[in-house]
Amino acid sequence: MATVTYDHATRLYPGTERPAVDQLNLHIEDGEFLVLVGPSGCGKSTSLRMLAGLEDVNDGRIFIGDRDVTDVQPKDRDIAMVFQNYALYPHMTVADNMGFALKISGTPKAEIRQRVEEAAKILDLTPYLDRKPKALSGGQRQRVAMGRAIVRQPQVFLMDEPLSNLDAKLRVQTRTQIASLQRRLGVTTVYVTHDQTEALTMGDRIAVLKDGLLQQVGTPREMYDTPANVFVAGFIGSPAMNIGTFDVKDGQIEIGPASLPLARETAAALTEADNNKVTLGFRPESLELSSEGAPNAFPVEVNIVEELGSDAFIYGTLRGPAAQADPSLIHSEAGDNEIIVRVNPKNVPMKGERVYVGIRPGQEHLFSAASGERLPS
Amino acid sequence: MAQNLQITASAPDPALLDLPWDVPLEEWPADRIAALPRGISRHVVRFVRLSGRVIAIKEIGETVAYREYALLRQLKRLDVPSVEPVGVVTGRLDPDGERLEACLVTEHLQYSLPYRALFSQALRPDTLTRLIDALAVLLVRLHLVGFYWGDVSLSNTLFRRDADSFAAYLVDAETGDLHRQLTEGQRTYDVDLARTNIIGELMDLAAGELLDPEIDEVEIGNVLRERYDELWAALTVEETFDTADRWRVAARIESLNDLGFDVDELAMTTDIGGTTVHIQPKVVDAGHHSRRLMRLTGLDVQENQARRLLNDLDSYAAASDRQNDVESFVAHDWLNEVFEPAVRAIPRDLRGKLETAQLFHEMLDHRWFLSEQQRRDVPMPEIVSSYIDNVLRHRRDEQALLGIPAEDLASQDVEDVEPGVDLPPV
Repeated sequence: MATVTYDHATRLYPGTERPAVDQLNLHIEDGEFLVLVGPSGCGKSTSLRMLAGLEDVNDGRIFIGDRDVTDVQPKDRDIAMVFQNYALYPHMTVADNMGFALKISGTPKAEIRQRVEEAAKILDLTPYLDRKPKALSGGQRQRVAMGRAIVRQPQVFLMDEPLSNLDAKLRVQTRTQIASLQRRLGVTTVYVTHDQTEALTMGDRIAVLKDGLLQQVGTPREMYDTPANVFVAGFIGSPAMNIGTFDVKDGQIEIGPASLPLARETAAALTEADNNKVTLGFRPESLELSSEGAPNAFPVEVNIVEELGSDAFIYGTLRGPAAQADPSLIHSEAGDNEIIVRVNPKNVPMKGERVYVGIRPGQEHLFSAASGERLPS
Repeated sequence: MAQNLQITASAPDPALLDLPWDVPLEEWPADRIAALPRGISRHVVRFVRLSGRVIAIKEIGETVAYREYALLRQLKRLDVPSVEPVGVVTGRLDPDGERLEACLVTEHLQYSLPYRALFSQALRPDTLTRLIDALAVLLVRLHLVGFYWGDVSLSNTLFRRDADSFAAYLVDAETGDLHRQLTEGQRTYDVDLARTNIIGELMDLAAGELLDPEIDEVEIGNVLRERYDELWAALTVEETFDTADRWRVAARIESLNDLGFDVDELAMTTDIGGTTVHIQPKVVDAGHHSRRLMRLTGLDVQENQARRLLNDLDSYAAASDRQNDVESFVAHDWLNEVFEPAVRAIPRDLRGKLETAQLFHEMLDHRWFLSEQQRRDVPMPEIVSSYIDNVLRHRRDEQALLGIPAEDLASQDVEDVEPGVDLPPV
């Protein structure tokens, strides 16, 4: 088992000007489950393939443990790409399906059997070892595929969107299985996904990438509570954060009729480039229903109410003169000038109704309007 | 239950709409299913008759289906031997309104033989190496155009007879990726994966007692790597020689042609003193002989079949003393006087047994055999009728290899398909 270190690792595809992965610095702890996440084209898969040895590293280095693997062939890196190929062989027993790669590499029979038995125990496949794959359920077959990687006892597991070709139900099941299995095995794992829910639920830590640049790395809690910039703020969380840019006047952020005091440290961090504006983010769950006239309350017209049983969400339009003048003042997952508010499902407003909402104290996120970077609070 | 089907296809066949999309593929009625042998797949795959042809349908996640469809179309444009994509079907619902998986539809490759069908009968040892050779050629061709396969295996390949050898076709591009140029790491990993998968597949055949116990699975896997490395080196390696040995430029091009590849561009540089020349073929394109035959005769056949036909064309020119005539005129006459009469003499009901060019190739073999036996130059009409009666009638129909009754197939588990086809020894 080992750590993984990207040291200014850069991948520039021939014929392109902008690196697909630009100076990536990332240290993954021994036994850690790290998720690389971001929109398509952000460089997450390229980063993983650089570690696998499938993409050249044009600049910088990559280490597995203390070993510099930058120029090492994929098969000599002691890594396993999980789920890449899991067609099971019908005539071979489950044990042989798991252990055949060891047989090829000349591992002694007794050792193969021992490693296969250990893996089967972890995967709850012990009773099936001497049976044929057709006796297994879909989930069990997937675990056999996982077993193929486990018996090789690699230093690092690599998984590139392994759930993408499963149906929704099996995806959630397998997600939990992989996460708990990884914890039991304690093998360092790098996992790539475009799905932030997958990232939040599975990773010990998450690294968010955009345009080949690492935006932030941290625990799911850190990413959710203190996003480092507007991009991470909008990317992590579901439904996504409401984000808008507002004027600052006399130390107060003006949100329509409402105003929000700006902390002294925050105000001090504003620069000329910010032009007396600040980007404010607040999650749907950070809003509460308030009443007209309350100092922090701004009006929202309810367009749709989505009831999920345990929760309900209002999809509404921000009202007031400022919003009227500039309809792109604020945006959310639902669109421009749209706000998403989580409300108590026992007390849900009607469609068309105008409600007043306020941000719960301390739950706002402030970013520089110019750079998008998080401001101190 | 009304369905909101979406069919994305380049040339949609309206008959696609009539297929029972509201039923999970595994439960499609037997009368729809064409019983063709399949490889091992992690997905449900079925062959289905449609408007007089056979299509392959694979149930697979929607995004993956669209991705593979687009990739297969790109591969087709790049002229790489692969199955032809027909389309993607999404928005399937069963009668209870439950969503069903999307489907990728591809054309069934006529006259193709999955490896399990080739192995299901006594197998001559050299057939195995010929299959591996074909796969190595395919892999090199894919790598030359920048395609990383990610899951090379015998199951993901179909084979067609190509004169005395086989030509391999890519059938599954699910894990693939097209790049401008592959890195060394991508190529070696692909080859390594191919080796592992092939050995695994052979071990599986051995476990099912379908493989000659004499065959060493690991050794066969190693052969793939050797063949691949040899071919890759022959096609791409930089050569250095003395300026005086200029003939080596032409020799290199000729040797690449012999391997069946055309040189698109050759980079030639000399060192400062001008005493040494370095040459490196830049882009190489497979199908040298099949393109030449196409140009001369309009016949569109595979590489080794083309070689065989061109040889016969050459001997025709020599026998009729026309080596100095314009080649295309001679080719035209050969087509009219030799090729077409021979092929047309095959009774209609026997024509589906083999591809036309393969039939002609076998007739040439038969000519050699008869002439040798009778110690005279046996004329073509005699050859043809002897071939029909003594060889062709006894062969299986390979246009769409049929074997298992459809009822049996429908009830079988996806990963438990035994082709059970009774093929002649190959």
